[in-house]
Amino acid sequence: MCGHCGCGKTTAASILNLQTGTHTALEHGAPDSIPHHHEHQHGHAGHHGHAETHAHRHEHQHEHSHQHIHGDTSHVGHELENSHPEHRHLDTSVVELEARILAKNDALATKNRAWFAQWDILALNLVSSPGAGKTTLLERTIRDLKAELKLFVVEGDQSTARDGQRIRAAGAPVVQVNTGTGCHLEADMVARVLRELNPSRNSIVMIENVGNLVCPALFDLGEWAKVVVLSVTEGEDKPLKYPHMFRAARLMVLNKIDLLPHVEFDTEHAASHARQVNPDIVILPISARTGQGLDAWYGWLRALSGGRASLIVDNRHRRA
Amino acid sequence: MHELGITCNIVAIVREAANGRKVSRVTLEVGRHSGIMADALAFCFEVVARHTELDGATLDIREVDGHARCLACGAEFAASTLYEPCACGSRRLLLLKGEELKIKTMELEEVD
Repeated sequence: MCGHCGCGKTTAASILNLQTGTHTALEHGAPDSIPHHHEHQHGHAGHHGHAETHAHRHEHQHEHSHQHIHGDTSHVGHELENSHPEHRHLDTSVVELEARILAKNDALATKNRAWFAQWDILALNLVSSPGAGKTTLLERTIRDLKAELKLFVVEGDQSTARDGQRIRAAGAPVVQVNTGTGCHLEADMVARVLRELNPSRNSIVMIENVGNLVCPALFDLGEWAKVVVLSVTEGEDKPLKYPHMFRAARLMVLNKIDLLPHVEFDTEHAASHARQVNPDIVILPISARTGQGLDAWYGWLRALSGGRASLIVDNRHRRA
Repeated sequence: MHELGITCNIVAIVREAANGRKVSRVTLEVGRHSGIMADALAFCFEVVARHTELDGATLDIREVDGHARCLACGAEFAASTLYEPCACGSRRLLLLKGEELKIKTMELEEVD
């Protein structure tokens, strides 16, 4: 499940580069991944953009500089000096950590975001329930825009390279990430994959997350925006049931509108529910199958590609 | 069940800070809008902490209620959901509290 602490050693997370056929096991915190081992325990609360600076400045100093022992202050120095062998007793001391639990992921996401900005790459994190049509939307987008825009894809699934193969067939470079039992992509996986994918300047990197409306909302990957795909075969109240995700997204693509005559789905209600949790969300009704509404989606992509997205101030990645 | 992964992070962070010393209590601050269920964390903690310095430690979870500021009228109010509007009708809100996901303190056992 989680590779951060070694508790998920049996996890089968791996990446497959569909251009080269290279298959690599993914280990979080492996020596070749970007090393940020110490920032999280200091957890300078606040803007994660500063986490790395603090991390390195304070590295290895935590034993001395971060302990504030409450209650019985007379024992402050004992464990450090370790020089009172005759004075044995059991005591407790409270150590303030103030560590943000996701600090490690957020610091790596910040690094990814800076990397994307440096190369004028628009990175989008596509999220939805399983089966909402993320891969179909990507396939269609690649076929329609590949002559015009440079598109690269990171495919996240628990297992199989089926989606990666579909993207490859559609004509875009793709690296498949299999998360094993993991229910979402994390920033270190994306950092690792970017080295395989090697997206070019001014390109668009589409990161198709694992189909899941819960966990991916918590894990910043360094994307410019989350794009949530909702399909009309799902409930129109999903934005209220999964408010974190719809709140975190800049764009909601409402897919499968060709099926509207056959399902009980009120588009206006769905849009209103999405705006209840996120008044600024952009909503684009489309059908990835018939192509209806896709011009608006392509217009959105064109307007943001080539470094133009970075001109728009983003405050969605703040955390308490 | 991303709470399992989150719990792994908590245990890893505390272990690194404890540096081999026995930990008797860990205090967390978990916002009600953090996307993390406190009950699930407590459930996972016992299992993840087993055979580590945190084995048997008490997990103290302080839940933080949502508190928002309306960006239209400036009012501050308790936000128990992510979709209730301000009394003035605006939904343009800044969540001031409720998204915390933090380890506040750890309590170490010391034998001197």
